[in-house]
Amino acid sequence: MCRLALKTANEPFSPYEVLTAMEAMQEGYDGSGLGLLLRGLEFEDFKYNPRFPILSGIAHTEEGWHRVTEFMENRGYELKYDHRFANKDGFIEAERFRYFLRAYRMPERFKYASTEVREEEMLMARLALRALATEEDNITVFSFYPDVVMIKEVGWPLQIGNGLSLHDNQIKSRVCMAQGRQNTNYGINLNACHPFFIQGISTMTNGENTAFVPIRDWLVGKNIPGYTGYQSDSEVFTHILHYTLKKLNLPLEAYKHIITPLSTKELKEHPQGEFLIGLRQVCRRLVIDGPNAIIGTLPDETCLLAMDQKKLRPATVGGRDGAWAIASEICGVDALVPDRDPSLDFQPMREHTVIVPPDRKELEIWSQYDPFPLPLAA
Amino acid sequence: MVSVRSISITPSSLTPSDFPWIIAHREDRCTLCGRCTAVCPKAAITLAHMRKRVPQLDILQKKRGNDYKTFTGIRQELDPDKLCIGCGMCSMVCPNDAITPLPGTNENRTVFFDNRKGEPMKRGGRRNSPGPTLLDQIMFDRISMLTDPALDAGRHEFTVTTSLGRVLSPEDFLDRTLNGGWIPPTREIFPFIIGSMSFGALSPNMWLGLLQGVAYCNEVLGIPVVMCTGEGGCPPWVLRSPYLKYIILQIASGYFGWDEIIRAIPEMQCDPAAIEIKYGQGAKPGDGGLLMWYKVSKLIARLRGVPEGVDLPSPPVHQTLYSIEESVMKMIQTLSTAFNHKVPVYPKISASTSAKSVLNNLVRNPYAAGLMIDGIDGGTGAAYNVSMEATGHPIASCVRDCYLDLARQGKQNEIPIFAAGGIGKNGNVAQNGMAMVMLGASGVHIGKYIMQAAAGCLGNEKNRCNVCNLGICPKGITSQNAKLYRRLDPDKVAERVAETFMSINTEVKKIMAPLGRSQGLPIGMSDAIGIGNKDAADRLKIKYVC
Repeated sequence: MCRLALKTANEPFSPYEVLTAMEAMQEGYDGSGLGLLLRGLEFEDFKYNPRFPILSGIAHTEEGWHRVTEFMENRGYELKYDHRFANKDGFIEAERFRYFLRAYRMPERFKYASTEVREEEMLMARLALRALATEEDNITVFSFYPDVVMIKEVGWPLQIGNGLSLHDNQIKSRVCMAQGRQNTNYGINLNACHPFFIQGISTMTNGENTAFVPIRDWLVGKNIPGYTGYQSDSEVFTHILHYTLKKLNLPLEAYKHIITPLSTKELKEHPQGEFLIGLRQVCRRLVIDGPNAIIGTLPDETCLLAMDQKKLRPATVGGRDGAWAIASEICGVDALVPDRDPSLDFQPMREHTVIVPPDRKELEIWSQYDPFPLPLAA
Repeated sequence: MVSVRSISITPSSLTPSDFPWIIAHREDRCTLCGRCTAVCPKAAITLAHMRKRVPQLDILQKKRGNDYKTFTGIRQELDPDKLCIGCGMCSMVCPNDAITPLPGTNENRTVFFDNRKGEPMKRGGRRNSPGPTLLDQIMFDRISMLTDPALDAGRHEFTVTTSLGRVLSPEDFLDRTLNGGWIPPTREIFPFIIGSMSFGALSPNMWLGLLQGVAYCNEVLGIPVVMCTGEGGCPPWVLRSPYLKYIILQIASGYFGWDEIIRAIPEMQCDPAAIEIKYGQGAKPGDGGLLMWYKVSKLIARLRGVPEGVDLPSPPVHQTLYSIEESVMKMIQTLSTAFNHKVPVYPKISASTSAKSVLNNLVRNPYAAGLMIDGIDGGTGAAYNVSMEATGHPIASCVRDCYLDLARQGKQNEIPIFAAGGIGKNGNVAQNGMAMVMLGASGVHIGKYIMQAAAGCLGNEKNRCNVCNLGICPKGITSQNAKLYRRLDPDKVAERVAETFMSINTEVKKIMAPLGRSQGLPIGMSDAIGIGNKDAADRLKIKYVC
């Protein structure tokens, strides 16, 4: 069972803080990988414009590195910033030519394009890079999106942090998601490390998604660009969230109704029961069925936490005005935001979605029994 | 060797050892009560008067002699028309255990004479292919051992229902909700459905027992079981009752009973569960329904709108229509309209290599509510033996191909596929059904299994009994003769239906729990199954395990 930690704070902080805090939950991972997602970025040596998309990934060989740079240049992207990690030997086992975080200005043709068009282009560029990689497996691209950095590596979280000198305060962020992986069903693979990412939406999960194969088959059958990969059974949680928000244009509240719908008996008493029964039916193949805690973030820095239907994987949220933590264990929350009132920590029940809104003032707790906020459901 | 001219030998002269079942009768126990001969549905045994020699020794006179006596005993008839079917009713009624049929170990020579008068053998039952089926061999092997606390089948909440009916894509659903479009009707039902057995094929008591049992499952046990009528229409009082919602009305090429149904529409208290249009049947592809004259009683004749005592062979095709594509499209649309687009309408076809083409037509037909595919091991009340034995397609690979085809198009949630034909053939009904579900079926239809479990049907795949076509069912399940069907108590059948579905419900949970599934039926969860047969595994695209 993997360990998950998320911190969100008004004041940008170093991802190393989260890695240290993860040590509190160390017995829950086995050194098979770390995944990090940072949002709301600040670089020590560059005044970052949050409109610039950042390409995060690893070039495993020099040749791969050239392929990335050439590809981006040919597609018309102008490099604005190229972050150099102060790599330290002896911490990371795998041979990597270069970890890259590169901020680009989008090609001129997208200057006046809508957000949808720009997001589509960034996705297609990332997928094209991913396709380049599959030929010789010498590039891994994690994300390409404004104000988002992703780092994934095989090994112990703290060692990876040390290997990349994440403690040097060169990168800070307002949101940091981290997963310490415990390898379970699927092979040790960089792409299997959480969090997963698509068009600004990211989630990470612990536990096991037993309904993975039917969900994956359905998502793949939709032929939506970006619904690929699936080296981990948890990647579908990200894509379901993406599908809910971007393809169905439903509000965030719908996510929980889709992945863990209420029973027919409960829905019959729900004010929008008829709509929700219909929604459950049309999205039946997206019902998750594992012991899972799902932690996610959205482009506006909203953070969320939801549980599986039987609450078989607990997770806790705690914090104070301006700084909040969500973790798979209470000790993780303790370590991330020690100066809070622990009596106000909250462990969601099966019907809850916990939201830390972008203003980070207080938690919002949504229940599936609440009226559903959609005019069409009335 | 001498010629025995007084005994006539014909080509079909046989001895009991040439028969598939041989009557073992113990004269020392028999009290000549006559119950066995009275109950035998085939008149295969007869009370015979025989003569025997008793040696006589007069010691004083030093004379040896013989005395002759007559006695009465039970003997097996040797006319192939009266061959013993092994039902064992004689043994069931015998107060002294004096009689029982034993399977003949010699070759069965009666098979060479079941075409007398030029009429090929007709029978009920299903393909005589005993032994474990492919479905029996499928194992549920993806046990969540590593990270999961196992689910508790007894205590956790499980959702095991399935959808019957066309389901829109999420995009279309939201669009129609917003803009007020038609949302096709669906039903949440238990995934084990009582398959189509007509009122006519089944006796009134059997049919009533099933309906009572189904109502009890729904209203008391909370298991939403539905049953399909088969081709013979539906009793008028049921059409006008609140129980109609548990009934799938079938229309087939004979359209029997549909006058009655259409007339009842304005008086219906509720909508039926669905309409099934039968285009084909797994047991006898290419044949229409067949109700032989023995079973066309006054009641059946009234219900079907036909004269009494005539054979009722439905044509193999829906005669009014030109092609199946057209037929499927028009009939589905017509019937959907007849019920005001509030009842799911779906076709039933024989499993076939062409099933995928039918399915693809349905995908493009917005009124099609699903597809029911019936495999070669399906049962029937009456068919030519050759159709049953040799015509058709096994269900597993047919449904699997169809499901994978839908999945490639991302439509697997939109058109549910129901499977039938051999589910529970060896009693493993929940295991067989769940294997089909994981191969891609949204549910399964069970007919023969229900007759066996709920009413004690004696038929098997060694051709035991299998005389459903003749109306002489010894248990009264498939007879229209009141003397026979009164043997069957509808209340007892209903009780068995309830017991059967309670047990299936528990077994389904017992299968789902170790897989870590409780939120929904694991349709298409092919990673959860494996089989110890490499060729089958490759064909079905599932794991080979050994």
